[in-house]
Amino acid sequence: MKNLDSDHKITTDAEKRGLSRRDVLKGLVTVPVLGAFAYGWYKKNKYDRWLRKATQDEINKNMIDPVVGKKVSKDKQIRLGIIGTGGRGRALLQAAGFIEPETIDNWIRKTGKFRPNIPFRDYLEQEDLNVVVNGMCDVFDIHAEKGMNACANINREASGGKMGNRPKRYNTYQELLASDDIDAVIIATPDHWHATMTIAAARAGKHVYCEKPMTNSIPEVYEVVKAVKKSNIVYQLGHQNRQIESFQKAKQIIKNGVLGKVNLIEVTTNRNDPNGAWIYPIHKDAGRHNIDWEQFLGPAPHHEFSLERFFRWRCWWDYATGLSGDLFTHEYDSMNQILDLGIPHSAVASGGNYFYKDGRTTPDVLQMVFEYPNKELSLVYSASLASNWDRGRVIMGHDGFIEVGSNLQVYADTGSTKYKEKIENNIIDPSQPIYSFTPGLQQVDAISSATARYFASRGLLFTYKDGKRVNTAHLHIKEWLDCIRGGGKPSCNIDLGFEEAITAHMGTLAYRENRKVIWDAEKNEVVPAG
Amino acid sequence: MNNFTKAQFWVLVILRVIIGWHFLYEGLVKFANPNWSSVSYLADSEGLFRSLFHFMASSPDIVNIVDVLNIWGLIAIGIGLITGTFSRVALSGGILLLGFYYLSHPPFVGLKYSMPMEGSYLIINKVLIEMVAMMVLFLFPTSQEAGIDHFIFSRKIN
Repeated sequence: MKNLDSDHKITTDAEKRGLSRRDVLKGLVTVPVLGAFAYGWYKKNKYDRWLRKATQDEINKNMIDPVVGKKVSKDKQIRLGIIGTGGRGRALLQAAGFIEPETIDNWIRKTGKFRPNIPFRDYLEQEDLNVVVNGMCDVFDIHAEKGMNACANINREASGGKMGNRPKRYNTYQELLASDDIDAVIIATPDHWHATMTIAAARAGKHVYCEKPMTNSIPEVYEVVKAVKKSNIVYQLGHQNRQIESFQKAKQIIKNGVLGKVNLIEVTTNRNDPNGAWIYPIHKDAGRHNIDWEQFLGPAPHHEFSLERFFRWRCWWDYATGLSGDLFTHEYDSMNQILDLGIPHSAVASGGNYFYKDGRTTPDVLQMVFEYPNKELSLVYSASLASNWDRGRVIMGHDGFIEVGSNLQVYADTGSTKYKEKIENNIIDPSQPIYSFTPGLQQVDAISSATARYFASRGLLFTYKDGKRVNTAHLHIKEWLDCIRGGGKPSCNIDLGFEEAITAHMGTLAYRENRKVIWDAEKNEVVPAG
Repeated sequence: MNNFTKAQFWVLVILRVIIGWHFLYEGLVKFANPNWSSVSYLADSEGLFRSLFHFMASSPDIVNIVDVLNIWGLIAIGIGLITGTFSRVALSGGILLLGFYYLSHPPFVGLKYSMPMEGSYLIINKVLIEMVAMMVLFLFPTSQEAGIDHFIFSRKIN
């Protein structure tokens, strides 16, 4: 109060005297600071622009935005069938627009009435693909029931909402494929069924979206390719990572020579929880009475009924190829997308069952090394199902390296020849990314990337596309449907599926037979080394 | 004249101007960077009010509002303090903003952030110190002598 009083006094005094020149000057005394600020701002910006230009000239050369798929008319409704409505099958149904009402109930329960329900809102905003599911089958009644509930939920409602028609449940996939009210099928069964079903679907003229891996064995690969190529169907393999924008950016960066000569690629898997090690929960009501065990076995060797094997099939060679088929295939396909790797010349592998002693036959720790002598590089895959130390994916070149996930960071290498001068002149700091990209952000950001790295590593940044969060599986299914309607090849077509399948099987074979295997490109077959 | 000595008066003016400079620069940097958003900062919040800040981060609409208020608030407060225009309003706004920053990332024992900190703090950090400095400026005003407030308030009384 005292000060206020004195302020008033000053003003009144000033009034009496009128504003003297001295008062005016004093009143304006700090204004020139704004001028100094503006000058500093100008200098700083000029320097930043120069620095950015100096570091990013190389990278931005020929940098174009990822190709946006051409618009295809959705007027024609596509009639789907789905084979396998377990966890993954229902996730694909959700991505195609058919969600289980219980999933929405859970979202609402979690967020409560008064908070905006982000997943629900985002799901409602997911594009309508103009598809209908007319048929489904699953060998487990409870999964079948859940699948049918999802298919009938055409209005994306919670429980009690207005549902559409339930699809017909077929007892076998053959009956489903014989139906003439189905144009295309999604196959989301255990791996040992993929090839048989894909071949049958192709012969029946049904378009196929098949979960990865493409097949469970090498001979099946050739049969699938033959059947698909002979037919006119559109085939999409379920590597939804094809839709990740940062991979498309990485491809351009490497094309522009930013990394110099790429010589080593390291891809990894680290998980450390039962679910990640395929110890999926066994449904409490599951039993011989509601599981068609013989149909589950299908092409697999005979085995007596086993709930463990039914629910946790990924752990056994009979039904899957473990780490190689489930997780390496994604890693390989990502790198094949970025670097057009193709099939390697050779593969060696090692590992073992070091942690999970649950009767499984596939390893829980696995290393596979693939050589590309023509490209002069190695691809290394290293995996553990019992450690969460996240090692990411790194593409290493003489001049720089890229760490690529849903976001992307490019670093200059301290020993780089290309950037030597710039590193010496402190224009490039090798400890900071020279380029960083986070999907959803409008532009690349090199200046604030140190913090962006921290956030991205903790998964705190949301991924948006056009302001909406997107599901890559949705984009991948949409691409498949677009090709069915408008022609063209999907991004993970049969040729790329062939490369994925052969490469992964080479690794599996090298591990199982404990020897080096070679791809004989002339004979188009995998052979033992030497 | 108020009761400050010359040295006291000018040191207070300098404090006001440099805090203003800091605010203005923080605001302009965010304004100039089209990728800047408060979302990661909000999502990184810990402590008593974390659910409030996480809630803000979860809605793109709220994030947009927070971003705009932040950018223009910082710029307006910065200019206000440097030129001494509506200083007390600017100071109140600044104290409020810094209060939010502090509460979203309080450096309390046991709280961990992915946002890297440039120093070592226990309970007291630079945000809190700047906030208290602004309280000092609020209680010991200088803008009605060395600032545009000099003209604003003399006119008012006229």
